[in-house]
Amino acid sequence: MSSGHDAAERSYDLPTDAPLLEVDGVKTHFRTERGVVRAVDGVSFRLERGKTLGVVGESGSGKSVLSRSIMGLLPRHNVIRDGSIRFEGREIANLSTKQMQEFWGTQMAMVFQDPMTSLNPVMKVGRQITESLQYHLDVSKDFARDTAEALLASVGIPEPRRRLNEFPHQMSGGMRQRVTIAIALACGPKLLFADEPTTALDVTVQAQILDLLASQQRERFMAMILVTHDLGVVAGRADDIAVMYAGRIVEKAPTRVLFTEMRHPYSEALLKSIPKLADPSHTRLQAIGGRPPDLVNPPPGCKFAPRCPYAQPQCREEEPPLVEHGTSGHEFACWFPVGTPEGREALARNQAAGSAPLAGTAAGA
Amino acid sequence: MPERLPDSALSEPLTSDAVFHEAPAEVVADALVAEPGGVAGEVEGALKRRLGVAFWIAVGWLVLITLLAIFAPVLPLDDPDAVGSGGKWEGTSGEHWLGTDNLGRDVMSRTIHGARVSLVVGFAAVAGGLVVGGFLGLVAGFKGGWFERIVIALADILLSFPALILALAIVTFLGRDMWKIVLALGILSIAPITRLSRANTLQWSQREFVLAARTLGANNRRILFREVLPNVLMPMASLALIGVAIVIVAEGTLSFLNVGIDDAISWGKLVFEGKDSLEQAPHVAFVPAGAMFLTVLALNFAGDRLRAHYDVREGLL
Repeated sequence: MSSGHDAAERSYDLPTDAPLLEVDGVKTHFRTERGVVRAVDGVSFRLERGKTLGVVGESGSGKSVLSRSIMGLLPRHNVIRDGSIRFEGREIANLSTKQMQEFWGTQMAMVFQDPMTSLNPVMKVGRQITESLQYHLDVSKDFARDTAEALLASVGIPEPRRRLNEFPHQMSGGMRQRVTIAIALACGPKLLFADEPTTALDVTVQAQILDLLASQQRERFMAMILVTHDLGVVAGRADDIAVMYAGRIVEKAPTRVLFTEMRHPYSEALLKSIPKLADPSHTRLQAIGGRPPDLVNPPPGCKFAPRCPYAQPQCREEEPPLVEHGTSGHEFACWFPVGTPEGREALARNQAAGSAPLAGTAAGA
Repeated sequence: MPERLPDSALSEPLTSDAVFHEAPAEVVADALVAEPGGVAGEVEGALKRRLGVAFWIAVGWLVLITLLAIFAPVLPLDDPDAVGSGGKWEGTSGEHWLGTDNLGRDVMSRTIHGARVSLVVGFAAVAGGLVVGGFLGLVAGFKGGWFERIVIALADILLSFPALILALAIVTFLGRDMWKIVLALGILSIAPITRLSRANTLQWSQREFVLAARTLGANNRRILFREVLPNVLMPMASLALIGVAIVIVAEGTLSFLNVGIDDAISWGKLVFEGKDSLEQAPHVAFVPAGAMFLTVLALNFAGDRLRAHYDVREGLL
């Protein structure tokens, strides 16, 4: 990919010892008429080359804003940004749009949620792929076309040569998402953001698209940030999982650790809200009661406390910090973690008082 | 769930290599496109049918009148300005199919030559308005900020003037040859086109594919002209046809007020000339008026159908 002639400009292409992506205390606040919305409020993590981070949370938890913040895609007006984002050791948080342009496409790329709207309806599929190739890699038209054909083939589209000349509306949703993946991969990015890549797709196609992303990632040794509201989607595919709530990471751990020693009540509630095959039919889905907090005037203390079956007076006053426990890299922010004596005691106390908002749900724990 | 299986095979048969080995390539190809291609093909077929006979009649009339206008000098027509090529106010005859006017000039020849001016004025003014207004609206809708506010404020000011008074003022100020009339009517068409183009741009630049292009490193100019413009162009082009109709009528109005083109004949001017003899020889005014009526109707109709056509396609996407 480093084509030589601009090697000097692309000094950041040189291998470094720094992790691919280091995010440190990133804050993204929006100024609105109602006040300042704290969409992302102090998020830190690091991502190594070729690894996958799953970012999980419900709507409004800030997960999409986080990925757009890292990519520098948010408007400049009325956005308050803070924190540090280092890509291969180079600080990119304060770069201008113009400076970011050299990262977009070749260093990091994004796959969007809805393939119906993320392709240009009046441009042939082939043109949409070759355009960025010719622009970034300065290759000939024929070469770009051959590459596009190979890309389409690699994302599992049959008869790629003919498909190059088709318009998006001639394809099904799953096919279009394959095309958007091909477009994102065209210039060989080192980091791929997949923002709910399967949410808009038919259930039968979802697994295929996720498998495709995983295989492409392996082949290209590309890191991926997989944003989703579905713990099930990241369960088998992410190396690490970060659970976000109200703009913060509330629990982060290697995937296996997270599922075996889930500590945060919110992660537990998310997991419980996934319907299980083993359940008899007509089992009630376990929804999380209440709604996400107002991000303009967040309550003091733990943001999840109003919906939490474990919540104690301390939770409503003091915000728990995100602290690493043990040596496995398991971090969580909770005063009364699930599966610990403190947590069990807190839950029992709430149930005795009949005040647990999710008493029925949590009883099964 | 065994009944789910065919379903999944239908929606994404692409990854199963087995299909390829079992059937000849063409069969597989057909099976593969059956779902997406079939639906799209049907929809397009339905649209073609829904454009309807009336649409094609309208287009046919426009093509006919345009061809006549283009080839008027080489057609075996009387000289439109040849005074006394027939008698005064003659009716239909083998020599003068649509009769003659008060000076014995051939009405059909004059109407066809008038079409040259009317059509050129209509299309040129709207084309000018499209280039200027379309560009202003595009940039305003895309960039926003102070530029958008100024452009929209100017468009509002231009729109709040009574159009005819403004046209009269411009014509009085500039003069009355054809290109000055085009300029006047073109200026009038800028404001509505700007607003339309801005509205369309706003809508399209929110689409995710614009953001997707940005994540691939496209700069603003590229996004504006390659991603947004082609999408804005389609609805704008169909609306432009309606704009042409409006301008043709506006030119006619100017001519009828005797402040129109002074160095050539247009439909409006022919009607103006024929109005004094409405009682004795109504055809002198009605033939050019009819030509204008049919052309404007055809433009409106075609424009409307096309607009509906694109709306439907947008809905499908």
